[in-house]
Amino acid sequence: MTAAITMPAPVAERRSNGLALVVALIAPIALVNAFGFLAPVLNLARMSFYEVEPTGAMHEAFSLATWAKVVADTFYAELIVNSITVSLGITLLTLICSYPIALYLHRSSGTWKTILLVLVISPLLTSAVVRTYGWIAILSENGLVNNLVSGLGLERLRLMFNKTGVVIGLTEILMPYMILALLAGFGRLDPRVEEAASTLGAPPFTIFRRIILPLTLPGIALGCLLCFVLAVSSFITPKLLGGGRVFLLATEIYDQAIVTLNWPLAASLSILVLVIFGAALVLYTRALRAIL
Amino acid sequence: MDERPVSPALKLLAFLMFAFLLAPLIVVVPISFSGDSYMMFPPSSWSVKWYPAIFADGKMTAAFWTSLLLACVVTVLSLVIALPAAFALVRLKPRGAEALSSLFTAPLLLPTIVLGLAILIVFARFGLLATFPGLVAAHLVVTLPYALRVLATALSTLPIAVEEAASTLGASPFTVFRRITLPMMKSGLIGTTALCFLVSFDEVVLSLFMTGPRIQTLPVAMYHHVEQQADPLVAALSVLLVVLTLLVVLVVDRTSGLAKTFVK
Repeated sequence: MTAAITMPAPVAERRSNGLALVVALIAPIALVNAFGFLAPVLNLARMSFYEVEPTGAMHEAFSLATWAKVVADTFYAELIVNSITVSLGITLLTLICSYPIALYLHRSSGTWKTILLVLVISPLLTSAVVRTYGWIAILSENGLVNNLVSGLGLERLRLMFNKTGVVIGLTEILMPYMILALLAGFGRLDPRVEEAASTLGAPPFTIFRRIILPLTLPGIALGCLLCFVLAVSSFITPKLLGGGRVFLLATEIYDQAIVTLNWPLAASLSILVLVIFGAALVLYTRALRAIL
Repeated sequence: MDERPVSPALKLLAFLMFAFLLAPLIVVVPISFSGDSYMMFPPSSWSVKWYPAIFADGKMTAAFWTSLLLACVVTVLSLVIALPAAFALVRLKPRGAEALSSLFTAPLLLPTIVLGLAILIVFARFGLLATFPGLVAAHLVVTLPYALRVLATALSTLPIAVEEAASTLGASPFTVFRRITLPMMKSGLIGTTALCFLVSFDEVVLSLFMTGPRIQTLPVAMYHHVEQQADPLVAALSVLLVVLTLLVVLVVDRTSGLAKTFVK
């Protein structure tokens, strides 16, 4: 009898038991996923085809009116171009600012490296509102930079409520992502190759241009993809540092959703953001294939 | 690992960029001790009046308690929901486990502004806007993918031999999980707890879509405050939040290693 008890159950029965168990274990997360992600996203795509009456009321329909408006109105074309160019600029600046930190982190070790890593990660874990507020303190009319500038007898600069402020703030806010992506890609850097080049008489800058930079390109590509995507969709910093004077896709989505309450328009703009994401991803895959 | 001496030029560049990276976090410290009634830097006089002012501000304290309770509820629910799912996907390996885990982590790929709008429209239909359960559900959508990812990694790196030994010795599957698996994945659990707590506590975009005059989270209250007037009150509050974040980071580093938890 004891032998019978410890005998494994027939395979078919075990599998059906196992399946029931798996279903029971993943049911809660599947429920949250379906209700909080799948259904809302599908509904969003559907909503961009709803009809909006001049009164602002909307009703279920299959109308291309919202999409026609987005395509025809040059304001939205400008919005898209604006979003993409500002985000590209931010991505480039983030790369330039992050590369030295990542290279330095890669070269350091022990406790010092841990401390530096904490310094890189801590801003990432601090709310974007807090960091944007810090930038207001630095860039505003009575801020750090302007008090320094006027102390030197120069004219105060306009660093906030325009694109300059948005670009400076977002560059800093996205730096940790870029640094971590670069670090992940720096594993390919072999010190022996650099040493060989140096022994053969290459000056430091040539070593950087011909060896370090090419070897770290995959990390650069990943970091740029990440930062571009985050820049296009970020809106806390553009809203606070732009002061309603910098028009980007993300800020417009929020305004249409919360202020104007034109949900179909907000939905179409959201889908445009996703299309830009898709294009960035395709470019990234192409670039990666060319590098490797 | 590359241990050659770093060139002074790189050191200087890295130092300058670190200064840029940390500047906004550093300036809030002196501003929080400003004696001025509006923000200017450097402040014209000094005082500690802004710290008690936080606690006198009813809106901020209410928002703080909402955020704290929300983050705790979300963290506990994330663990309770993601742990069984991670176990099922990693240990029981059902057919399509790969596809399922991509689906469950997909919300992280979507920009929060799009996710926020999508959730707003659906939750409005169910009367969940500006309610605590609505906020919990919205936060779970973004914390669960993190929790699942960290827990699945922790589970898949555990040596399975100990679990097998225990079950050979007659322990029931549940006992094996409770007495062997759970204690062994302690660092993964701590990492998940810290991550979910911070993500929920700092989450602002989804919350902006989900809150209203009736209920506000702390980051949302701070956002609206800064939008109207950037006075030193927010600086004092920021200092407290930065200290809180540093504490969580230090605890994680001490218990499970920072690099292991956040850099993958």
